[in-house]
Amino acid sequence: MSTHTSDPAIETAGLVKTFGDTRAVDGVDLSVPAGTVYGVLGPNGAGKTTTVKMLATLLRPDAGEARVFGRDVVREADEVRSRVSLTGQYASVDEDLTGTENLVLLGRLLGHGKAAARERGEQLLAAFGLTDAAAKQVKHYSGGMRRRIDIAASILNTPDLLFLDEPTTGLDPRSRNQVWDIVRAVVAQGTTVLLTTQYLDEADQLASRIAVIDKGKVIAEGTKGELKASVGAGSVHLRLRDAEERPEAERLLRNLLVAEVQPDPDPVALSARLAAASGDTAADQAAKALGELARAGITVDSFSLGQPSLDEVFLALTGHDTGQSTGSGTGTDKKDEVAA
Amino acid sequence: MSTATTPESRELTPVSADSLAALLVAKERPPRPSALSTSVTFGWRAILKIKHVPEQLFDVTAFPIMNLLMFTYLFGGALAGSPGDYIQFVLPGILVMSVVMITMYTGISVNVDIEKGVFDRFRSLPIWRPSAMVGYLLGDALRYTIASVVMLAVGLLLGYRPDGGFVGVVAGIALLLVFSFAFSWIWTMFGLMMRTEKSVMSVSMMVIFPLTFLSNVFVDPKTMPGWLQAFVNNSPITHLASAVRGLMAGEWPGVEIAWTLGWAGVLLLVFGPVTMRLYNRK
Repeated sequence: MSTHTSDPAIETAGLVKTFGDTRAVDGVDLSVPAGTVYGVLGPNGAGKTTTVKMLATLLRPDAGEARVFGRDVVREADEVRSRVSLTGQYASVDEDLTGTENLVLLGRLLGHGKAAARERGEQLLAAFGLTDAAAKQVKHYSGGMRRRIDIAASILNTPDLLFLDEPTTGLDPRSRNQVWDIVRAVVAQGTTVLLTTQYLDEADQLASRIAVIDKGKVIAEGTKGELKASVGAGSVHLRLRDAEERPEAERLLRNLLVAEVQPDPDPVALSARLAAASGDTAADQAAKALGELARAGITVDSFSLGQPSLDEVFLALTGHDTGQSTGSGTGTDKKDEVAA
Repeated sequence: MSTATTPESRELTPVSADSLAALLVAKERPPRPSALSTSVTFGWRAILKIKHVPEQLFDVTAFPIMNLLMFTYLFGGALAGSPGDYIQFVLPGILVMSVVMITMYTGISVNVDIEKGVFDRFRSLPIWRPSAMVGYLLGDALRYTIASVVMLAVGLLLGYRPDGGFVGVVAGIALLLVFSFAFSWIWTMFGLMMRTEKSVMSVSMMVIFPLTFLSNVFVDPKTMPGWLQAFVNNSPITHLASAVRGLMAGEWPGVEIAWTLGWAGVLLLVFGPVTMRLYNRK
């Protein structure tokens, strides 16, 4: 239906938004190819939501420009609005209304007749497993159910571009996986998704390209592989049976993995950051390390392999951490700044 | 209202990827809805909210009844000889005052609502921009109608007899609703401008109390000092109260109706655009 099929879904140049003295978004350049999931990764306050709000025509940029499917978000806001849907960070549905009422309301606002709005609403509620909760006010929904009704409201008309602003923040791992499944289903039908997240593993699961933003600036951009290569492949954590064996284990790992090995405050534990450039996958490297330790007669009680956490990505990219504890996902790494 | 069983404790039905895919395939979109249609839809939202939280009708029922009883019996004897005589004069005025006073709740609901995520969704829809605000006012028109009917019912019990009959009363209420709709854009503006509910409330009080009391609602302005008469005689509330009083008494107060509609037009033309500017910038 588009006359601009060759345009990227989103293109921004030097986008700026200031609130008082804070430059919330400070010169963001993005190019999001149509038909993909694009991840915008960053900590709280990095400028992710502000960027999304400008792209969704809710905020006017102070400088720079942004186009959605070739349409300017300020001058052609109405054309942009007809092609995008927004699922905000906080449930973008009316909490006082029931699930059905919300979907019928939005269906009517999108131009469906009464019967069509109700039918589409019921079909969506069924597809999202919410039929039982259809007549309940949304304020009584659980976090996972809210996310579902929220996304359902966003696809009443299949949008060409869907903004998902931190869709899984605050969800338990199970609900999180279900949201991921929904996102995959939406993209499989050709919708472009711009996903903001604080979790590297979420971007990793869903996005084909990722922009890392910090303090309103894009500090890294690329495919998942490119991004990870710049950060390292992750880290291994070991707990040994015997604390006395730790120095020997450290020495072995340091030689074998050419990695940074750190003792933990826990006297039997240590962790090693894996290098991405060694050619082996993180799992291969970890397997080698375990073999080597076994040959040296060192007993390993427990072992875990972690992806680089957002903290590590940030540390690697910016030299400072996110300034918050990301008690998140599979990023198991914790930096130990205790003098050993 | 159904008491929810804690939803967390129940297992959610998994999302059906197949039916979801089937729904997403439908790419055709209905034509863009008209401004009237989206405004009425937002009005329906306001009515649904009344349905779910009927307690919010308290301000349009108890408050007007309280006003009517209080002022009729407090001033009736002193001003008109008896409450029964006074109510013939004062009821249309108190009706105007009470409805105009409760319009200020619009600002508070806008202020509370606008911070919620759902407004981001409304604002990202390809619809006529003012329809969300107009929707509030349409929902409120229902509340004002309820308030008017309640007050008239109580007034009739107390001995009020409108000479204008049913038609005169309906015409009076209709004029009051038109004025209230236009006047409410002051509140939508404050609702969007102020940071907190409390500040909306206090600013509204500062506007509404002088405006409604400094009018001809309770007494004939001729008893007032000259400088006050100048204000009172030109207040939109005075024109509105005179027009409603006239209509309900079976007269045709053309000049007062014209003044009232003129004021309504000015208020709408000034505060409507300011509201929309704030709404777009929010």
